[in-house]
Amino acid sequence: MLILNCPYCGVDAEETELHAGGEAHLKRFGPGSSDAEFEAYLFARENPKGVHFERWRHANGCGKWFHAARCTMTLEVFGTYPAQVSEPPQDIRDKITAKRPGWSWRDIK
Amino acid sequence: MSELSALNGAAFQGTVTVEDAGLQGMITLRGDLASAKLAKAVKAATGLAIPAQRKIGFGDDRALAWMSPDELLILTPYEDAPAIAAKLAQALQGEHALVQNMSDARAMFRLAGAPGVLREVLAKLAPVDLSAEAFGPGDFRRTRLAQVAGAFWFDDSTTARVICFRSVADYAYKLLCVSAEEGGEVGFYG
Ligand SMILES: [Zn+2]
Repeated sequence: MLILNCPYCGVDAEETELHAGGEAHLKRFGPGSSDAEFEAYLFARENPKGVHFERWRHANGCGKWFHAARCTMTLEVFGTYPAQVSEPPQDIRDKITAKRPGWSWRDIK
Repeated sequence: MSELSALNGAAFQGTVTVEDAGLQGMITLRGDLASAKLAKAVKAATGLAIPAQRKIGFGDDRALAWMSPDELLILTPYEDAPAIAAKLAQALQGEHALVQNMSDARAMFRLAGAPGVLREVLAKLAPVDLSAEAFGPGDFRRTRLAQVAGAFWFDDSTTARVICFRSVADYAYKLLCVSAEEGGEVGFYG
């Protein structure tokens, strides 16, 4: 059972209060982009064994979208952070580095 | 305006009493709860201060509940809701805010019984720590009740209130009744 702390209402919400929103920090490519960019935006997703960044929504709760950094192998949660960022904040990266030295995810290290 | 509440006054006596609380005024306010202008407008319209995160504040016949950083639930007598909503909307003109009388979109239930059993009836339905140390009068929690969204709080140690969408009121009422059935006691909270 996954338990994520919602950064908006402060609840330690268990999985059944949450709705998974897929991979975090995708950059949208729409009209005017190349076919390759558009295809990657639509379909190319990370599937890591280890550190991963995801979007979650506190659906049965305050209703807010937020981000979570966790390990897909151990289900360890490194932290959650607000939705209004385009990459993981430094404090979250530091927490991951402390536990998974040398980690990387897409072009983030 | 509705003339009947969702369950039309239904009541069930089990390990606790479950009853339709009747028509209840509920106004939704969306806006920045950290805004001083919004706090002033809410105070003028309801006489109450904006509650802290996940809290509910009570007045004589009304209450204010924290729904999210940009949503407040205003509980008033049913017949007062339109006037209070209008007053609030007037005071918030020009602000990035929205006021809506939601009274007829929701249902409210009142649960009464011994403190431990009362907690247990809710704990069976929601993934929430309902121990007295974690949740008490003044706390407010949005969550799920089995398969539907709902919220609850305690007026005092022997009375709880549950709200949900009117469209799922029948489901929520039956859930609460099943949870309160005689013979279903767990005794976890004493
Ligand atoms: Zn939340």
